[in-house]
Amino acid sequence: MLNRLIYAIDQLSKSVGHAFAWCIVILTLGTCYEVAVRYLLNNPTSWAFDLSYLMYGAVFYMAGAYTLSRAGHVRADMFYRKWRPRTQAVVEMTLYVGFFFPGILALVVAGSAYGVESMRIGEVSVNSPAGVPIWPLKMMIPFGAALIAIQGLAELLRCVVCLREGEWPARLHDVEELETQILKQHASRADAAVVQGGST
Amino acid sequence: MTDPAIALVMLGILVFTICIGFPVAFTLMALGVGFGYYAYFQAGQAFFDSRVFYLLTQNTFTVLNNDALVSIPLFLLMGYLVERANILDNLFRSLQVALKHVPGSLAVATLVTCALFATATGIVGAVVTLMGLLAMPQMMKAGYDSRLASGVICAGGCLGILIPPSIMLIVYGAMAGLSVVQLYAAAFVPGFFLAGMYIAYVIVLAVLKPHRAPPLPKEEGNVPLGTVLLMLAKSFVPLSLLIVSVLGAIMFGIATPTEAASVGAAGAALLAAAYRALTWQALRESVFLTARTSAMVCWLFVGSATFASIFAYLGGNQLINSFVLGLDLNTVTFLLLSQVIIFVLGWPLEWTEIIIIFVPIFLPMLAHFGVDPILFGVLVALNLQTAFLSPPMAMSAYYLKGVSPPSVLLTQIFSGCMPFVYIVLVTMLIIYVFPGVALWLPNAIYGR
Repeated sequence: MLNRLIYAIDQLSKSVGHAFAWCIVILTLGTCYEVAVRYLLNNPTSWAFDLSYLMYGAVFYMAGAYTLSRAGHVRADMFYRKWRPRTQAVVEMTLYVGFFFPGILALVVAGSAYGVESMRIGEVSVNSPAGVPIWPLKMMIPFGAALIAIQGLAELLRCVVCLREGEWPARLHDVEELETQILKQHASRADAAVVQGGST
Repeated sequence: MTDPAIALVMLGILVFTICIGFPVAFTLMALGVGFGYYAYFQAGQAFFDSRVFYLLTQNTFTVLNNDALVSIPLFLLMGYLVERANILDNLFRSLQVALKHVPGSLAVATLVTCALFATATGIVGAVVTLMGLLAMPQMMKAGYDSRLASGVICAGGCLGILIPPSIMLIVYGAMAGLSVVQLYAAAFVPGFFLAGMYIAYVIVLAVLKPHRAPPLPKEEGNVPLGTVLLMLAKSFVPLSLLIVSVLGAIMFGIATPTEAASVGAAGAALLAAAYRALTWQALRESVFLTARTSAMVCWLFVGSATFASIFAYLGGNQLINSFVLGLDLNTVTFLLLSQVIIFVLGWPLEWTEIIIIFVPIFLPMLAHFGVDPILFGVLVALNLQTAFLSPPMAMSAYYLKGVSPPSVLLTQIFSGCMPFVYIVLVTMLIIYVFPGVALWLPNAIYGR
């Protein structure tokens, strides 16, 4: 039951993160288009700059929870990694309550007021006369923060599962850094070699 | 209510939670909010009317105003695409035959491949693991000392965080309020200078101690010149062109870093397509990984901005400033002290944490000691090379260990890295004594 809830939250963060990740492709293509029309046709667009930071901001706000669900936020784990899983879980749980939720929940609440105000006046960008609306971006602050808070809840539940079962529940399968892929492949090949060596 | 002692408590808690290994971005935010609420407390005010909440949302939004940061996802995308472009094998093979007459040719080819590939990708782990699989077995087979072979791969793989377009320099520029363009120009010569020092070391070693890097057998690798040139034209030239055009466009002011990075990312996609490696899976992986890494950097920025403004408001900066100024340091001892601290921080921490959380502590003091912040940035970038190379937390060494045959011990990899750590330190000394190595190019281009 607990595991299903954890996976459901992971899945939510992952889907949102994956969807908004494609903003990077729009950012790339949009900026390339701007470069092309400005240097080749000497006819710059009025919207490219706004587009770039809208897309960048969208990725940044909406992929935070995804990053958290992949344990991708940097941490210095030189002591942490040496502890038993149960010790890790106790420490992590305490820290989530004391040093995670206060900050992110503050951002959810304060960000909502900020976003709603911007939406109410239909705020547009002041960078160009194109009048690109930026209130959707500001509205993403509370949404992104809420997603991070929900993912934080899943991380907290992970600690509960770990306390109960003595080991960490697995994470959802997802794309991995190349070095992680290679290291995993290599480790499993070495294991296979050991097993083979043992049987002969 | 402001009290420098409270600021120290805040810093103490931060250092403690970092050491325990908690994801630091949100810790910074929580500490900023908690202590900020205390600092801005006004009796009779409603809870959410505190200025700290306004500050937090404002910080979350204004991170986007920093132009240079927009180029981070684009450079990351370029890097992830190049990583998956299936180019490394060909690059290494062509450099290997092209350099076969150079003493220690395999190690030199490895270094050049690492340097070029790391420059294009800017990411340490991938280069080291890929080259560990590709070059390590060949060097071992050719009778190379396994310590030398591992040192070469680890050191070469780290060059990407120094040689522009390095993401680390963008982050440093954003923290220090410097032009990324000028930082790139300043890191350009030192980056290649360091790579050159590495290569020179390997060649000298191969000549003096041939048993550690034996020459290849004569009959092997006899490839006609035309074939060699064709191989280079297919692997070395396109990747170099991509890097040179991106860098050239930035340094000569033809395009902003963001524009150059987006063209670079598109170029990397074309490159991958040319090598028939632009699969749907490669694109998906690159895009998703880019999103993850950029979100990580940005949230760290938000947390750090919130933390830093409250820390300063409480008087923490002044306390540290007056403490350091009270130490009666001169320029040399200040530089030594700051670089030693960064060197030590590099053992447990990653460069993102060092640059975003700890380097800003030194930045306000640079003017007092007459240190050029651009020169300081180059020194920090050099210094952080050692963080990846020296025990106990040398990431490159662990990556390489993970893909090496069990006969290669972690201690051998560490001892293989040590000469390269010394070379980095010597290079830092050279750049300190002759700052022109770094500053000549930006001064010449931008007439600073």
